[in-house]
Amino acid sequence: MAEAISAPGGDAPVDHTLSDDNYLTHGKGILSWLFTLDHKRIGVMYLVAILSSFFLGGVFAMFIRTELWTPGQTIMTADTYNKMFTLHGAVMIFLFIIPGIPATLGNFVLPLMLGAKDVALPRLNLASFWLWLTGATVAVASIVIGAVDTGWTFYTPYSTSTTTAVTAMTLGAFILGFSSIFTGLNFIVTIHKMRPEGMTWFRMPLFLWGIYSTAIIQVLATPVLGITLLLLVAERTLGVGIFDPALGGDPVLYQHFFWFYSHPAVYIMILPAMAIMSELISVFSGKHIFGYKFIAWSSIAIALLSFLVWGHHMFTSGQSGLMNMIFSALTFSVAIPSAVKVFNWLATMYKGSIRLAAPMLYALSFLFLFAIGGLTGLFLGSLSTDIHLHDTYFVVAHFHYVMFGGTVIAFLGGIHYWWPKMFGRMYSERWAQVSAFLIFVGFNLTFFTQFVMGSHGMPRRYYNYLERFTAYHQASTVGSFVLALGFFIMAGYLLHSLVGGEKAPANPWGGATLEWETTSPPAYYNFKHEMQAGDPYDLDALQWDPQIKGYVRKDPRSVLLSTGEAS
Amino acid sequence: MSDHARASSDGLAVDHHFENADQQYQSAKLGMWIFLATEILFFGGLFVAYAVYRANHPEVFVFGHQFLDKNLGALNTVILICSSLTAAWAVRAAQLRQIGMLKLMILLTMLFAFGFMGVKAVEYNGKWKHGLLWAGQYDPHAEDHGEISHDVVGEEFPEDAHVEVVSEETVVEASPAQLAADADRSAIAPAAEGPAGLAAPGSAAAEEAGVEIEPANAQTFFSIYFLMTGLHGIHVLGGIGAFVWLLLCARRGYFDSGHFTRVDMVALYWHLVDLIWIYLFLLLYLI
Repeated sequence: MAEAISAPGGDAPVDHTLSDDNYLTHGKGILSWLFTLDHKRIGVMYLVAILSSFFLGGVFAMFIRTELWTPGQTIMTADTYNKMFTLHGAVMIFLFIIPGIPATLGNFVLPLMLGAKDVALPRLNLASFWLWLTGATVAVASIVIGAVDTGWTFYTPYSTSTTTAVTAMTLGAFILGFSSIFTGLNFIVTIHKMRPEGMTWFRMPLFLWGIYSTAIIQVLATPVLGITLLLLVAERTLGVGIFDPALGGDPVLYQHFFWFYSHPAVYIMILPAMAIMSELISVFSGKHIFGYKFIAWSSIAIALLSFLVWGHHMFTSGQSGLMNMIFSALTFSVAIPSAVKVFNWLATMYKGSIRLAAPMLYALSFLFLFAIGGLTGLFLGSLSTDIHLHDTYFVVAHFHYVMFGGTVIAFLGGIHYWWPKMFGRMYSERWAQVSAFLIFVGFNLTFFTQFVMGSHGMPRRYYNYLERFTAYHQASTVGSFVLALGFFIMAGYLLHSLVGGEKAPANPWGGATLEWETTSPPAYYNFKHEMQAGDPYDLDALQWDPQIKGYVRKDPRSVLLSTGEAS
Repeated sequence: MSDHARASSDGLAVDHHFENADQQYQSAKLGMWIFLATEILFFGGLFVAYAVYRANHPEVFVFGHQFLDKNLGALNTVILICSSLTAAWAVRAAQLRQIGMLKLMILLTMLFAFGFMGVKAVEYNGKWKHGLLWAGQYDPHAEDHGEISHDVVGEEFPEDAHVEVVSEETVVEASPAQLAADADRSAIAPAAEGPAGLAAPGSAAAEEAGVEIEPANAQTFFSIYFLMTGLHGIHVLGGIGAFVWLLLCARRGYFDSGHFTRVDMVALYWHLVDLIWIYLFLLLYLI
């Protein structure tokens, strides 16, 4: 086996220094990026685009929080405020968090984890990115044409009667939906058809299981959003009347259609975050993942259950009591696979040698925040408490604990984990810890106060509020500024690392998945040799090499396919 | 291995990231099937809308579907089934490298597709003339007597249809919920019969007399009809575009080497478009 391999330029199959010929330097000029078929470059372009959207959505959020510093008008009118929270929601949901992890880290890491050269359908991948750009342009143009003030859910009949640019915004979301479908489709095909020698389904890294489950939802739920938004556009332009009671239509049908997509969509957001978690927890606990099959199956279970719970958004919309009960019971059942994951992560950490590097700090934050977010979901899934909590800040806080405390925090963990692989540079660990701390504190200050406000009856989306909520709102606003400070520091040290960071070794963290078997950043063709996969969590196969300040395999040839260069 | 594309053992070009031609073909095929699944869910929203409104307002559908021409619908069904045959034949021809036959079959399929759109245009035109359009444009009138539909059960559309439409006031008065004070509304159980307008007053008597009276919200049927057939029509146009592309590929000699993946994928798509039409024909024209 070993004899068949002849690595040019030395014995080590992995070149541990920053290679001059890598995917970043492979082609020059903006066009070599915009029309690349390379999954890594597409992933990096997505990262830039999606973090820009995050910044835009964050600016809207800061405006909202600043306005809420005092009751009544602080910095903007009530109409502007309605537009602000709508745009914050729409940008964060459709532009940032839905494509977020799969399109950036998924695109970059997935083929590498498979030891493959690219995703199965590279042209579709590029098309997906261009669709994202087109959809984002149309959606952002709607802000100029007439910023939408319906809330990000575009509920009818208001959305069909308002004069703001609902048509442009929903067309944008429609196009973004196809981008998401094509990404998911590509990942399913890639995982089915391009796994390397030795990687059976249950030897896949759990990141791939998470991305695969996400892709199933993307492919099966997003078309329903597509037709829903198309109906909304047809309603506004032609007056088809499907959702318009004046023409014999049913506005609640819109809610059913919308949530048939948008509830599974929150699992499009959280499943990839859980996928990252499984990698981080194992690597930074220095232990084999606990309960591999349970984590894998729970991803699939969440994906399937996600399609059966949309009615819990309509407990107060006049559904029958029987339907409410069924949806409530199904909603509770989602807690089971979610808890299975959390318990397995905790069991993985148990008696591990935990390293508190920046990615692990985010992983620990996730465990804490997602637990709160998940458990408060149970209050909202219960019929009687939901009547009280419906449309209050409790819902806002729950959603942000799961989506921000869960998805965004895990996304940040993933970015810190794979940053050295993506750009070949290490960031400042000290600043990363400061920023992780600020984000954790700022987040809790911002949103825990909202749990309290909400349970006391502060309704969501309100411009004005009673005097007695002032202290909560001001604490929340202070928290949001701490949060913003944390993000600015992060932007600073990450951008600095690109020019001034230490060169990254191939495997800085000791991960056993295949992406760590190539250089940082990877070569254009990813791997010098054909790879074969072993146990993705066999961390004992690696040891620290102080010379290269990274981990190396004790037996470097164990991941190489003997027939690698024979052809 | 380092080239972008290379020739596999059977002479087919393989993209650089695939092991062999079979892996490439299988990937394309799986991708296409998943895409077809998304298409079914895309139409699924409209099928659900159909089911919901049909369950809530069956009389609207019974009334509306009489204005569709079953003969033209059946003709279009036959046309599309024939086009599926020629599309399948095109795949076979590509597999056997019969380029002439392949081109012929693609052309025939396109011919059928244009035929389908032609018949559809005739149908749409008829609806347009009589104002039988989606809700916002619904304005039924009978300028050309006897041409509303070849199929209306022996009746002409009443010229003064608007008079017979159950007026909103009638409905309002009939609803107990509207009569109650605002504060009491929540205490009133929903009507067992469903929303107002479901059973137009006097319709039973009219039925006995053999006169068709337009139920309330008849426009909903035409909204759904135009949405479903319109979206399907757009897919037919997309299919025509795909067949033009195949024809150009064939002219360039792309299929000479035995590549048939592209033909196979387009044909799969075309079969789905055909299949969806069969459901539309059943649901809109026949029942």
